[in-house]
Amino acid sequence: MCVTCGCSEGETRIEGEAHTHSYSQVHAHEHDSLLHGHAHAHSHASRMVQVEQDILAKNNQYATANRNYFAGHGIFVLNLVSSPGSGKTSLLTRTIERFKDKARIAVIEGDQQTSLDADRIRATGVSAIQVNTGKGCHLDAHMVGHAMEKLGLRDDSLLLIENVGNLVCPAAFDLGEAHKVAILSVTEGEDKPLKYPDMFAAAEVMLLNKVDLLPYLSFNVPLCIEYARRINPHIRVILISAVSDEGMGEWQEWLDEGMKQASAKKTNEVETLKRRVAELEAALAAKD
Amino acid sequence: MGSKMHEMSLAEGVLQVIEDSARSQSFSRVKTVWLEVGELAGVEVEAIRFCFDAVAKGTLADGARLEIVATEGRGQCLSCGKTVAIRLRYDPCPLCGGYPVEPVGGLEMRVKELEVE
Repeated sequence: MCVTCGCSEGETRIEGEAHTHSYSQVHAHEHDSLLHGHAHAHSHASRMVQVEQDILAKNNQYATANRNYFAGHGIFVLNLVSSPGSGKTSLLTRTIERFKDKARIAVIEGDQQTSLDADRIRATGVSAIQVNTGKGCHLDAHMVGHAMEKLGLRDDSLLLIENVGNLVCPAAFDLGEAHKVAILSVTEGEDKPLKYPDMFAAAEVMLLNKVDLLPYLSFNVPLCIEYARRINPHIRVILISAVSDEGMGEWQEWLDEGMKQASAKKTNEVETLKRRVAELEAALAAKD
Repeated sequence: MGSKMHEMSLAEGVLQVIEDSARSQSFSRVKTVWLEVGELAGVEVEAIRFCFDAVAKGTLADGARLEIVATEGRGQCLSCGKTVAIRLRYDPCPLCGGYPVEPVGGLEMRVKELEVE
């Protein structure tokens, strides 16, 4: 594992390229300081070191850096999570088709292998980067940071991150997103919010997908929503279908509102900074 | 399988914390790792042992002993307002049977202390 940024060797691939680091100055220096410290210790006797460090601290640092970048550029970012087969990619392509004339959209696709999903997204005409996690079961903030560099994100845009299909691990890994959106399809069990509570607790919105199939299934919609609210009383539920377009309008409105807020927040921050610069310049002029 | 891989990432996180600490605290070998794991952290203790042994191979923590300190799961019931002990994150309140119980303790996954040389 690379000690500079924590990359596992040879596992993660962004658009098919392994992410590598040259053995730089930083590494050489680290080895020096290690030897140096050792020489001063004078012995091999063991000692105790207090650490008190969260295991996810490193990921959280990368996530904070991503979040700051998004905030500074007014980018509204969603982390889409679901089981495999919930219709996430179809929902994504339908959303893009309906929304791409109104908003600048980019996509990061996470899968263990293949670039099939990124290819599907690129076919809609928006830019997409495929991250292959190899053995990994989720995207982490560091992978997303590198994918962002490759995407060349525009200000005031929408970034949709499709996480690896898995309702367990992605809950623990913050990517720097504004919200997690959990997608559950009506061809799954209505008790999934109870079985995978962490994910539904972490999500702001639950998209109940494939509702065009409800007439053929015994899926109990109110019960599913009750289970989700038992875990997360504030979760917003949108019944949606990428085939019949039901719920697409409500989903789009929610996206639109999020983008407006992200953009307005950035503008406010820029205005505040400009005012401070003006005040400081005035103060400086008064001293001259 | 998904769960095992989750613990693999967490084990890599443990190793990262150790490697960072080795740089700032100048040590080259780790003998024991004290890991604080909350009852509500969603971590399978046996899986993390297995994964840690695997990721530590060939590193400064190769063969290190892993001591896991469990911390009690505690939650505040939003129905009756009391703080209660809970074993599972989304269990109902043991006092009033209400939902939800907001976890307030036992969510930790922390490297607490190291024995090094």
